[in-house]
Amino acid sequence: MNLVLIATVLIVMALAYQVGLSRSRAVANGGVRLHSRPGYYGVLVALWCGLPALLLFGVWFLLQDAIVDTLVIRQLPVELANVSERDMQVLMRRIGALASGQGVSGEVQAYEMAAAQQMARLESMGRLAMLASMAVVAVVGLVVTQRRISPQLRARNHVEHVITALLAMSSGVAILTTVGIVLSLVGEALHFFRYISPAEFFFGTVWNPRFSTSGTGQQGEFGLLPLLWGTLMVSVIALLVAIPLGLMTAIYMAEYAPPWLRNVAKPIIEVLAGIPTIVYGFFALIVIGPFLSMLGDLIGINIRATSALTAGLVMGIMIIPFVSSLSDDIITQVPKSLRDGALGLGATKSEMIRQVVLPAALPGIVGAFLLAASRAIGETMIVVLAAGNNPVLHANPFEAVSTITVTIVNQLTGDMDFSSPQSLVAFALGLTLFVITLGLNVIALVVVRKYRQQYE
Amino acid sequence: MSDAYVTATNLDTSDTRRRERLAIIQRSLKARHARERRFKFTGLAAVLTALVLVAILFASILSRGLPAFWQATLYLDVYLDPEIVQVDERPVRQAGESPAQFRERELVWLNQLSMVNWNVLIDESLKANLPGEIESRQARDLRALVATGERFALRERVVENPELIGQTVNVKMLASANVDVWLKGNIDRDLPDHRQQLSAQTREWADHLHERGIIRNAFSTALFLNTDSRSSPASAGLAGAFMGSLFMMLIVILLSVPLGVASAIYLEEFAPKNRLTDLIEININNLAAVPSIVFGLLGAAIFIGYLRLPLSAPLVGGLVLTLMTLPTIIIATRASLRSIPPSIRQAALGIGASRVQTVFHHVLPLALPGILTGSILGVAQALGETAPLLLIGMNAFVANVPSSPLDQATALPVQIYLWQGNELRNFFEARTSAAIIVLLGLMLSLNGTAIWLRKKFETRW
Amino acid sequence: MTVSVTVPTAMNKRTAQAASVKMRARGVKVFYGENEALHGIDLDIMEHQVVAFIGPSGCGKSTFLRCLNRMNDTIAGSRVEGQVTLDGNDIYDPSLDVVLLRAQVGIVFQKPNPFPKSIYENIAYGPRLHGLARRRAELDDVVESSLRRAGLWDEVKDRLDQPGTSLSGGQQQRLCIARTIAVSPEVILMDEPCSALDPIATGKIEQLIDELSESYTIVMVTHNMQQAARVAHKTAFFHLGDLVEMGDTDDIFTNPREQRTHDYITGRFG
Repeated sequence: MNLVLIATVLIVMALAYQVGLSRSRAVANGGVRLHSRPGYYGVLVALWCGLPALLLFGVWFLLQDAIVDTLVIRQLPVELANVSERDMQVLMRRIGALASGQGVSGEVQAYEMAAAQQMARLESMGRLAMLASMAVVAVVGLVVTQRRISPQLRARNHVEHVITALLAMSSGVAILTTVGIVLSLVGEALHFFRYISPAEFFFGTVWNPRFSTSGTGQQGEFGLLPLLWGTLMVSVIALLVAIPLGLMTAIYMAEYAPPWLRNVAKPIIEVLAGIPTIVYGFFALIVIGPFLSMLGDLIGINIRATSALTAGLVMGIMIIPFVSSLSDDIITQVPKSLRDGALGLGATKSEMIRQVVLPAALPGIVGAFLLAASRAIGETMIVVLAAGNNPVLHANPFEAVSTITVTIVNQLTGDMDFSSPQSLVAFALGLTLFVITLGLNVIALVVVRKYRQQYE
Repeated sequence: MSDAYVTATNLDTSDTRRRERLAIIQRSLKARHARERRFKFTGLAAVLTALVLVAILFASILSRGLPAFWQATLYLDVYLDPEIVQVDERPVRQAGESPAQFRERELVWLNQLSMVNWNVLIDESLKANLPGEIESRQARDLRALVATGERFALRERVVENPELIGQTVNVKMLASANVDVWLKGNIDRDLPDHRQQLSAQTREWADHLHERGIIRNAFSTALFLNTDSRSSPASAGLAGAFMGSLFMMLIVILLSVPLGVASAIYLEEFAPKNRLTDLIEININNLAAVPSIVFGLLGAAIFIGYLRLPLSAPLVGGLVLTLMTLPTIIIATRASLRSIPPSIRQAALGIGASRVQTVFHHVLPLALPGILTGSILGVAQALGETAPLLLIGMNAFVANVPSSPLDQATALPVQIYLWQGNELRNFFEARTSAAIIVLLGLMLSLNGTAIWLRKKFETRW
Repeated sequence: MTVSVTVPTAMNKRTAQAASVKMRARGVKVFYGENEALHGIDLDIMEHQVVAFIGPSGCGKSTFLRCLNRMNDTIAGSRVEGQVTLDGNDIYDPSLDVVLLRAQVGIVFQKPNPFPKSIYENIAYGPRLHGLARRRAELDDVVESSLRRAGLWDEVKDRLDQPGTSLSGGQQQRLCIARTIAVSPEVILMDEPCSALDPIATGKIEQLIDELSESYTIVMVTHNMQQAARVAHKTAFFHLGDLVEMGDTDDIFTNPREQRTHDYITGRFG
């Protein structure tokens, strides 16, 4: 339905273009020279005809549901005015289902039916009003712009302004995304903190949320620390794997590898970066986990197949190409003159690398490590499959752990109910995750940028 | 400068002192070169480790997944006994009958067909191929041979061609998942009975049928053509997940490529350098590093919670993935635009083109290969993403192929996630690996295309 | 004393001093891939002399300079043919250790390239690398005397722990010279050491070179013919990968044997 509408608008815009085109040609036939080529006049008319209508449609689409809901709620019997937010949501969902003609389970109350009818009425009215206003806006735009066509009208400049404005708006989407992330995380996390105090959340050492359906008397315990600890443990193991391997790979590739090896190995290692994380998770689960467990048996240590070690190890493998390609960029940016300086004094290649190149590249490499750490902390699927989901504070890497990301997935899959602390906690966790990774990223970006400037 | 001071020090340039110093250096050389070799070797070892890890990963996935493209299949002659398939003639539309009336009669007939106990037909056919008397109490063991969904395949055949009733038809039916596991040796044959998935009798029969060539390993079209199935795991396939992913990728391509390219053009070519654009720039770099699961939370709160878009819909998944890939595409496009030398812009501006014309007529076409490469890589990344989809309900079990972006659906990586968690471990480990091969195949071909494009249009300015 | 003399008085031309051959090149050819950059150079460098290589850019003088301590090895795809000896030993002999060679033949580059470390660490790098100073006191000693010799001590003695990059261009270049001196090489190669410096800094470096020539053999590449005239005992003129002419600096500038040399020093090309 909406697609059809948008298609219609586009067709109308195409027609408007033709109108503008022929009108401008007619004007030009009078022997006067137009400011711009006729096509620009066509585009101008089309834009003025279609864009306001589409904008109107977008706003309407976003607001109509909320407005209709408010109106319907206002019409409900008075005694329903102070039911809990959760019951109100359920009620609105039932009314919505009735209004759209789907059935609902259980007996339909008279007031529900009335509200549903009102909702259906409001919705169809809203749609009609929207269509009508879109049509009016489009026609007005078409007629007014069409009238304005004259040799003096600087159509190209107008069109270019609109294009630039559209481009600028597109880059606004990125800002909107961030705003959306912050608003949704903060908003829902605040909801969560109405149930559980922030102190309990941030400093609690026990994670035991229980189920949302179990007795209302028991809230469950929402201590972040076990999850944060698990996240750190897995990330540290991952970095212990990825940093030496990635850095040494980068050094070898940049300084030692013969061209043929570089040409073969680089794309292969880059392939590692393109593999979806779910595949790594599966790999951890069926290959690395059992292998580590067997290895543990061999040397007499009890290693669980799904553990912090398994997840960390595989996550480390995943991050290798990330670390190595970032480090590679940074190492190759160290100017040749510094290398020559060390070699000219009689340093061997490895002395040159360790004593001159790496210290010079250190800020950049630290930035790369921070980015890698942020990636490890935010990684989800590997830990979901391979960390064992055991949210308990302990220091044994061979045991199962749970992480922030795993818990977000656990708490928010299944039903989408935004009114229990059990699912709202996902947003508080998400906020924590977002703040941590944002902090790491900002520091890393600043450090790397500083480093770049040093050698530019 | 006091020469007396200099000669008194280590810098003495007399021949004797020089020779002494050279001797010191000479003595240290062996150790230093050994350290050099060790360092170089460590580097090589790191590269080889990375390569070996890639090899192990691919080898383990391929060795498990490739066999799953072939599946134990029964080739049976089934006698469509009219005694059992007791249905009327297929209704034919009569003159003067309204479509509704005809449809009603047809439904009655279809209903009759679904009342038929197709299992009995399959049982009979199996019995004919197995040695010895088979009693009716062994029916359970017998039915454990065939995938439960296959009786519907038999029904479909009759629906298509009712004349077959009373004839013996050759049917190809998938063996049950456990039989497949047993025959492929994916379960230890020496395990005691109580730890086997199949009864001893069924196992014996499966071996017998396998020897006689009635059960053969055939290429599994079910994997590609069927949707996920809970009741009949052997016939579970990827078609639903594939369509779900396809819808999402279409949305990603339609939204994030134009938006991303447009914002990159604005930021690189038009935006004034001020605090706002600085902020946008930092913001985009940060968004690129925000964990994907946070985008899932955004989707859950905004698209599902606030905008009330349906759960499990590819539309929502596509929107979430669009926001996630946007920074990648913006960054790639900007890099590509930046690599176009300013001389091109100056040339165009110099002959009187406006800035918009310069960008769209001259700069953009030159930057196109880079933009394309970046976009493909972004889309490939979106194709493999799982975590955010879990938060917007795309891990629901969906038995139908979605026909629009608003239908319930799942996605390829999510299907992998669901399958790896299936209790029927022995069977789904291979099936999951097969699904991974399909996903990796798609992603690698996307990445390959991107690399090929980059190579083909690589220009040095 | 009349001030008509342009040549620094410190330049007590030691051409008469009986000197032995320090480095000798015979038939040196350098290839970059398929491209032959030097077409067979024959040349002797006497001990404790300052030799200047002059010639238009791209003539191969820097390339040849870099052959003298095998810095060309660091360029991928380069290849050297012919023979270069140091005190009669072939430096391209496979058994020769390039580390040892570079400790004997130091190099200073066109652009000052101090390491991003402190001034002290910049100087201490070489001695520490080669194990020439075992105790801190020895190291302090080397650092101080190297900086003194490079004429930088008084300027930096109070800020030895500051980064080398914080110095001015001329100071940086003297720091690099001091860094080279600290391993007390026998030959110092200088690749256009003053091209990035202002005239005052250039003057200081030239004076330094003159002083250093008492203890070291110095080979320098320069773009600046006046500079060669001021500091060098011998001058070699390179053109298009050939050594056109080499001789006493005075002879080269006043009485060149070859027409090409004459054209170059009179500014017909270059």
